[in-house]
Amino acid sequence: MVTSNPFSAMFGRSPFHPLLAHIVKANACADELLPFFEASLEGDWETAEQHRETITRLEHEADELKTELRLNLPNTMFLPVSRSDLLDLISVQDKIANKVRDITGIMLGRRMQVPQELAQPMRDYIHTAVSCVAQARHALEELKDLLESGFGRNVSDVMQKLIRELHVLEQQADSQQVAIRRQLFELEERLPPVDVMFLYKIIDGVGELSDRAERVGSRLQIMTAN
Amino acid sequence: MSIIAQHGDIFIILACLFGFFMAWGVGANDVANAMGTSVGSRAITIKQAIIIAVIFEFLGAWLAGGEVTDTVRKGIIDPQLLQGEPQLLVYGMLSALLAAATWLLVASTKGWPVSTTHSIVGAIVGFAVAGLGAGSVDWGSVGKIAASWVVSPLLAGTIAFTLFKSVQHLIFEARDPFAAAKRYVPMYVFLVGFAVVMVTLTKGLKHIGLHLSFGTSLLLAILAGLVIAAIGVAMERRVKATNRQADQFGFSGVERVFGVLMIFTACAMAFAHGSNDVANAVGPLAAVINVVQAGGEIEGASMVPWWVLVLGGGGIVVGLITYGHKVIATVGTGITELTPSRGFAATLAAATTVVLASGTGLPISTTHTLVGAVLGVGLARGMAALNLRVIGTIAMSWLITLPAGAGLSILFFFMFKGMFG
Repeated sequence: MVTSNPFSAMFGRSPFHPLLAHIVKANACADELLPFFEASLEGDWETAEQHRETITRLEHEADELKTELRLNLPNTMFLPVSRSDLLDLISVQDKIANKVRDITGIMLGRRMQVPQELAQPMRDYIHTAVSCVAQARHALEELKDLLESGFGRNVSDVMQKLIRELHVLEQQADSQQVAIRRQLFELEERLPPVDVMFLYKIIDGVGELSDRAERVGSRLQIMTAN
Repeated sequence: MSIIAQHGDIFIILACLFGFFMAWGVGANDVANAMGTSVGSRAITIKQAIIIAVIFEFLGAWLAGGEVTDTVRKGIIDPQLLQGEPQLLVYGMLSALLAAATWLLVASTKGWPVSTTHSIVGAIVGFAVAGLGAGSVDWGSVGKIAASWVVSPLLAGTIAFTLFKSVQHLIFEARDPFAAAKRYVPMYVFLVGFAVVMVTLTKGLKHIGLHLSFGTSLLLAILAGLVIAAIGVAMERRVKATNRQADQFGFSGVERVFGVLMIFTACAMAFAHGSNDVANAVGPLAAVINVVQAGGEIEGASMVPWWVLVLGGGGIVVGLITYGHKVIATVGTGITELTPSRGFAATLAAATTVVLASGTGLPISTTHTLVGAVLGVGLARGMAALNLRVIGTIAMSWLITLPAGAGLSILFFFMFKGMFG
């Protein structure tokens, strides 16, 4: 008999559920990077292709979640954090998945194989970047819990700690990037120049991935600093 | 005079029927909003909510419902103007009851948010203006009632805001939130018990023949609060701190402690609702009974017979049992955004406001009060999201309810006039 009760309609759906769902997708997307990289080292392009398809699909799903959140965040929503902060955050999160897609796209399209000497450092480097994304997701999960109870002093403390860890990871990725670039510079002579150019592009791309993950952290920090 | 003498019994029977119908509507509809927050925050199950509502709605109606009933019965219309034609008052009250109940039924089938209080006040004003002329309405009281519809959400919002801020400050910002919760929650339980008992004692017990001085009431209320707080402590002991691995703050344990508190606030809310809204049904009913029993004399002031309150309370309970559980299920499962800590602040604020209003004899809208309280918690940055557009709709709804109640009531008024002459 009662179709929609005004009272339950009063409570808008919390925007943090879609935000969290979105970063989980972005994280899953980033997690595909490592197996993709391994497959490319082996020269197993079929497996790489499969990983790439998964990445494309996840990125697409993340895009849909982003659009949905943007459409379902009308001005009439009264939120505990500023609306523009939320919309910024979703954009920043979305760029993570996009970056993963770009990196894998170039590697697959050019059938790129990282030279053997660089394989291990590159693996570690990608691993760090992926950890950055996971840490960003972890921070957002915590934030959601906090928002469900209202902020407190110790809440900001925990948030700060998580973001500091993220920052440390990102710096680690930076120093790894410097080391890899130096190594690549030594090898440049005996590699095809165009390949080298694109290798630099990939190295930059992975660096940007960790940058973007850290940017999610900064956004969260801005949100909780009230 | 002769009309009253001739049809007196019929009038009383009709009034009881319509009054019961109206009370049924109140129980079926309004109660869901009063209990929805408690169910929605998962603090109590629907079954528990029904049991709590049945007991406390009835108690509230019976113990503290008298004051508002008086207001509804004779605050809106000046009874002196009807001295010559008492039957008009009977027709009017009958039609007001029938109109409000019908309107409630229509609105709940359509799923519109309406307030029982608004429908009955609108209906009484409607028949008075149409049947007796605008001069018969005590516009001062109507203005006061209308003002209370604005004031009550504001008041509830302020209380809710303060309460939630205090919860944040005392508990969520503590080093060990769980320990802090265990320490402070009994204090809130005391507050719940004290507020409800205090207002009931100072205002509500006159008609069952208890006259207590202010000092005695205060003492009794403090005692009652302490007893209830002790029960709360005993219940709290059973809540264990089980920190989830992912949960760095132990908030889940804290929320479970608040779940205990929520049970008490749910009781308070049911009590408050019963005390205020039962009057919507039994106010006009009491007026009819009075006129008939006095043989057409319209008396200025007389006590509401206790059995009338019981009838109203019974009607609410029947409505709740027959239909209310469906509504509670709809509301309660729809609200997932309410954690016990927020729900507590909102419900307690609303309950306090309603009980205060019942004490001063103002009929207010429970739904509006709750909306105000929820907004207050939201403003304290506690809610994950609030849909302001819906809140606007709810606030607009009574504007539609007043003319609707009035229109229907005019229709029925002339119908009765035609039937009985």
